[in-house]
Amino acid sequence: MNVLSIQNLSVSFTTDGGELQALRNVSFDVPERRIVGIVGESGCGKSTLISAILGLLADNGQIQRGSILFEGEAINERSEQGMRELLGQRISTVFQDPMGTLNPVLSIGRQMLNIQYRLADSKRDKIARCIDSLEQVRIPDPQAALKRYPHEFSGGMKQRIAIAMALMMKPALLIADEPTTALDATLEVAIIELLQQLQQQIGCAVMFVSHHLGVIAELCDDVVVMYAGEVVEHGSVRQIFNHPQHPYTARLLECDPARHSTAAIDSASQRQNTLRLPTIAGEIPDLRQPTRGCIFAPRCDRRQLACDSTPPVIEVATGHIARCIDAGNS
Amino acid sequence: MSALLDVDDLSVEFRVGPAWRRQSIQAVAGVSFSLPAGKTFALVGESGSGKTTLARAINALQPIASGSVSFKGVRIDQLTRTQMKPHRRRMAMMFQDPMGSLSPRMTISELLAEPFRIHRDAAHDIHEQTRQLLAQVGLPAAYLDRYPHQLSGGQARRVGVARAIALNPALIVADEPTAGLDVSVQGEILNLMMDLRERMNLAMLFITHNLHVVHHVADHVAVMYLGRFVERGPTREVFATPKHPYTQALLSANPEPDPDRVHTRITLPAEVPSLLARPGGCEFHPRCPRAQSRCSVEAPVTSDNGAHVVSCHFPLTAGQASAVTR
Repeated sequence: MNVLSIQNLSVSFTTDGGELQALRNVSFDVPERRIVGIVGESGCGKSTLISAILGLLADNGQIQRGSILFEGEAINERSEQGMRELLGQRISTVFQDPMGTLNPVLSIGRQMLNIQYRLADSKRDKIARCIDSLEQVRIPDPQAALKRYPHEFSGGMKQRIAIAMALMMKPALLIADEPTTALDATLEVAIIELLQQLQQQIGCAVMFVSHHLGVIAELCDDVVVMYAGEVVEHGSVRQIFNHPQHPYTARLLECDPARHSTAAIDSASQRQNTLRLPTIAGEIPDLRQPTRGCIFAPRCDRRQLACDSTPPVIEVATGHIARCIDAGNS
Repeated sequence: MSALLDVDDLSVEFRVGPAWRRQSIQAVAGVSFSLPAGKTFALVGESGSGKTTLARAINALQPIASGSVSFKGVRIDQLTRTQMKPHRRRMAMMFQDPMGSLSPRMTISELLAEPFRIHRDAAHDIHEQTRQLLAQVGLPAAYLDRYPHQLSGGQARRVGVARAIALNPALIVADEPTAGLDVSVQGEILNLMMDLRERMNLAMLFITHNLHVVHHVADHVAVMYLGRFVERGPTREVFATPKHPYTQALLSANPEPDPDRVHTRITLPAEVPSLLARPGGCEFHPRCPRAQSRCSVEAPVTSDNGAHVVSCHFPLTAGQASAVTR
């Protein structure tokens, strides 16, 4: 059963320079109890995707085609009022900047009580639930923490409080938007381990958006690779990282300095020069005038004549698809 | 030793709190290192460890409390603004936020001409010079008339690099030059900086928290914790055989893009202590997985022999170090 199913979703924005097609024909599923990673560089449509799911698209943006199914229901047809019944209860989010999530003028306890406003429980039960949630994310002395304000906590603690708030109502789906990007490496690892643990406890599905390949490899079960508003490849984490089929995925993985072995760097420095880092030549296309055919073709080193027409979606292995005419041949 | 940059026992203090309860904190506490011409030295450490403060102090943007900074054999920490000016053009700074360091009201050509104007170095054809600068960082001349908001993050960094190299410096201090960039663009900027380093024989002080990047670009690396160097040495050695438990923990905390990798993590308990209440003894002991009773009483002395130095009572042996990190 899929908690979230995105089907042929296209979103565009009206801008002065014409219609900007931010998402084109995006489809993927987030199954129950799975962590699905969405990876891609700036401008690939990650944030637009999240806004579309949450019903928070800017006024000049609209869903052109397709649907967003949450537990089988097309939530893109819900009214703003209707979405409010879901958000924070069945679907919750953790954003990049915890300071932007937490209200600076309300105590942590007040904010955590506010989240529970729909529940008929007594105040004592609600407070107990707050304390429970803070304990789960290992905030020391949760009783006292409820009376404190966001600025009294460090960045890592604030992000853990944001996670506690997101998971307090035991949502079916957690959307995490670059939740570790603003944190130091040691904290980043701690947050990943915490998320993994809580996800298993609560049994929710997670859609984890990040541009950090290391974090995705470690945390996720499945990976969706996006480029310029399209899903270019989709598969299990091992399929994507060990056998990338789309040229963009392959190049992206090569670019990460973490992929270069110590041996390669050492031998380069012994030859008195630095190992050059691979890059992807060219730039992200202007989505107001997307090219016909394959969107990655202008930057692709495996380009052929057929790339000028719409690329087929090829299933190279069970559950592993790539939007490339050359998929499966490498 | 005739290093380009010599930092000796440098400390920087800030005064915090209201006037009736003024306290002072040491953001940088007794740091020493030297950087020869053409070499790259990396500073790593978590937020608040004093990396940026140290860089600012070296560039005389921050008054220092004690110690000294020498650039080409001249003490620059006691100079006045005017006396500093001729030295400043030889040491360029690249700031963390490229957009924030480019004035939104100036075109790229004005921004590139600014260093020449400030240092009254307008003897040559400025237009030709800005054009050449832009070419050196790999941007087409068409960008000269654009404004910063019309640039992408990577292009803005390139303009930052062009401004830094404009006056032909000997040293570039780069504060997180690739933070917030996508991996493919990060590679472009690093390649560019490494090319220029070779071509212009630049020395670089490279501040970052990305250990993979350090491994790529730096000859030497220092690990900072609460304003002190806990370990310093040649990058290859520090990565292969870290001696300080903190370095080892940082290295093990690096998520790697390999789903089959089995991680042996060292999770550090608790939070970074406040600079207002530095722990006694070894300052890392409250979080150290290997701490013993001696560590909470006696501060370790940096063993100052050889290139690879560590400040720890019980440094890791080669076997203990490799068991976890590689």
